[in-house]
Amino acid sequence: MVVMKMKFPFQKRVQLAKGLWLLSLSATVAGALTFSLGCILKTELLRRAEVMDNSNIHVVPNTLMIVGLASLGINYFASKICQDALDAGQFPRWKNFLKPYFAISSFFTVLMLLAVIMSFAMTGSLEFSLKVGLRNGIRFYKDTDTPGRCFQKQNIDYLQMAFECCGNNDFRDWFEVQWISNRYLDFNSKEVKDRIKSNVDGRYLVDGVPFSCCNPTSPRPCIQYQLTNNTAHYNYDYQTEELNIYLRGCREALVNYYMGLMNTIGTAVLSVFLLQGSVLVSLRFLQTSMEAVAGQENTEIETEGYLLEKGVKETVMEFVDPLMKFLLFTNKVEEGESTSAATT
Amino acid sequence: MAVWRVKFTKTKRDKLAQVLWILNWFSVLTGAILFSLGIFLKVELNKQEEMMADRDIHYVPNMLIAVGLIACAINFLGGKICYDCVDTNKFLRWKLIMLPYIIFTFFFTFCVLVGALMCYTMRGELEESLNLGLTQAMKFYKDTDTPGRCFLKRTVDILQIEFQCCGNNGYKDWFQIQWISNRYLDMTHKDVADRLRSNVEGKYLMDGVPFSCCNIDSPRPCIQQQITNNSAHFNYEHQTEELNLRMKGCRQALLDYFTHIMQSIGLTVLIIWLFELSVLTGVRFLQTSLENVLKQGDPDSESDGWLLENSFMETARTNLNIIKSLGKSNQIDDGNNGDPNINVPSTSIANYGPDNVPPKEAPEAS
Repeated sequence: MVVMKMKFPFQKRVQLAKGLWLLSLSATVAGALTFSLGCILKTELLRRAEVMDNSNIHVVPNTLMIVGLASLGINYFASKICQDALDAGQFPRWKNFLKPYFAISSFFTVLMLLAVIMSFAMTGSLEFSLKVGLRNGIRFYKDTDTPGRCFQKQNIDYLQMAFECCGNNDFRDWFEVQWISNRYLDFNSKEVKDRIKSNVDGRYLVDGVPFSCCNPTSPRPCIQYQLTNNTAHYNYDYQTEELNIYLRGCREALVNYYMGLMNTIGTAVLSVFLLQGSVLVSLRFLQTSMEAVAGQENTEIETEGYLLEKGVKETVMEFVDPLMKFLLFTNKVEEGESTSAATT
Repeated sequence: MAVWRVKFTKTKRDKLAQVLWILNWFSVLTGAILFSLGIFLKVELNKQEEMMADRDIHYVPNMLIAVGLIACAINFLGGKICYDCVDTNKFLRWKLIMLPYIIFTFFFTFCVLVGALMCYTMRGELEESLNLGLTQAMKFYKDTDTPGRCFLKRTVDILQIEFQCCGNNGYKDWFQIQWISNRYLDMTHKDVADRLRSNVEGKYLMDGVPFSCCNIDSPRPCIQQQITNNSAHFNYEHQTEELNLRMKGCRQALLDYFTHIMQSIGLTVLIIWLFELSVLTGVRFLQTSLENVLKQGDPDSESDGWLLENSFMETARTNLNIIKSLGKSNQIDDGNNGDPNINVPSTSIANYGPDNVPPKEAPEAS
């Protein structure tokens, strides 16, 4: 039961070969584009690596880069094959090459589709990674004298100013963390002693935020300290004040930024996937129609082209069987050895 | 005695024409580069236009834009001319235009040089403009409720954050102006009333700076208020503290930024000027050698090419005389009452008799 049989007169074959050549050229360019998009995404992710807890999200740009490089090779061979397809004498030399070629190409094309799906679906993983990373960043904000953590303050300040955000979920995260180092607290002062005593863990917590949370578009000078105390500042209402500091949390800001980037890249790679898929399908038709010509005296006869000789299931079994046999064979050898070892 | 005489065989002439054709197209590209450099500089100046007191400084990018466009046009024409110069017949089309073209291009290259030099001399004017502009901007920092000035606070804050600077000369400039609006001052409070009274003009001055002056490299949380008061903060020494606020003044920061851009642009324009000049020299050699070939009559023969036919002094003198005589062309020559036909010597051999013979009187018919 053949899948998608089509008749191919000589002219149609020639047109298919020429059209496919152009298509494979554009697919090569698209493959290079995929590779560069993968590089861009990886660079952007690495820039904020300090606030990401794990690097699971890096599987997306890595896959894109691999697929981009692979498609360069795939399309190079595709263009060579269709150049030879115009000449019936040259075509047979590709005969043994084409079966593994199609297997590998299909694998990489499916991988491309997987990368697209992942770029849309990995929001959750990214969000979790940012949540943990930002929490640590805020916790270690004050440790500018601890080796390995001395740049956390700088990173978090820069992040909050660049992405116009404050804290993890929002600015209240700063109320729960001691972000002023003990080095700069006067322990002789009554106020400081009171505050530390009133806290269970002996931490100096304030209802204030670092200066990097300040919003430049606010009409009044920034209020950083005693944010929840309306009487501490003239003409100030904590509940209704929106412009003073950034109200957005940095996790939300970063997730939006990266999801926007990955969605754009995902859409572009989806179109590259469709292009690559059409190249492979056309090449398959060309191959099957040219194979029917081989050995004939008149090379200009009409032939039939098809996608799959047998049905889909049977073709898959054809590929999987050698693999299964290989695995079973190794198992059998092991079993045989163990039984022989047991009997002796 | 010609200036820089060079012999040109036919193949050498053809090769010169072809090379010049390619170089002229390359020069069109450099003209486009000049144009885009002018646009880039204009955009950068516009981004900071609120910090500049006057817009006179825009003559530099405007000049670069104009020069770039004219260079594209001139070199496009030059490319067409050189392409035709390979064939002596086609050269005849351009023969009359070539000399004026070369003279015009020669004066135009001066404009390119002037453009390059202006890039370097712009600095002084820019400093003045920035000084005034920044002082004004800081003065109106608090006026976020005045139409026309309500975004100045945001502009100054973003400027100080982006360029990592504070104030005009330094952070102390903020101590001398009131940057907190009266809308946010509790006039009934004793401290505020005291401070206002102690100032001659009734301004609320304090030794504090806006948050945008804070340095993110500081290991401790930013100290914005009571900067000069060591006892107000624990473990704080105002004189030795360098990392707390940005130490650089915004005028210096902006000046450095623009000077850096200007120097790069100026260098590029100088290189383009040298390139244009060399292309022009090549075109001049091509023109003189082709004209000499035409004078000799045989298009395949060898000819001389030169920069100037006579020495510099003689050429200068001849040109000055031409310019003087252009000025005299309207004046009448008084010697012959303006009639150019008098006193033209007769060159004919035939003798028509003496002149001025009175006519014989004809017999009167009765």
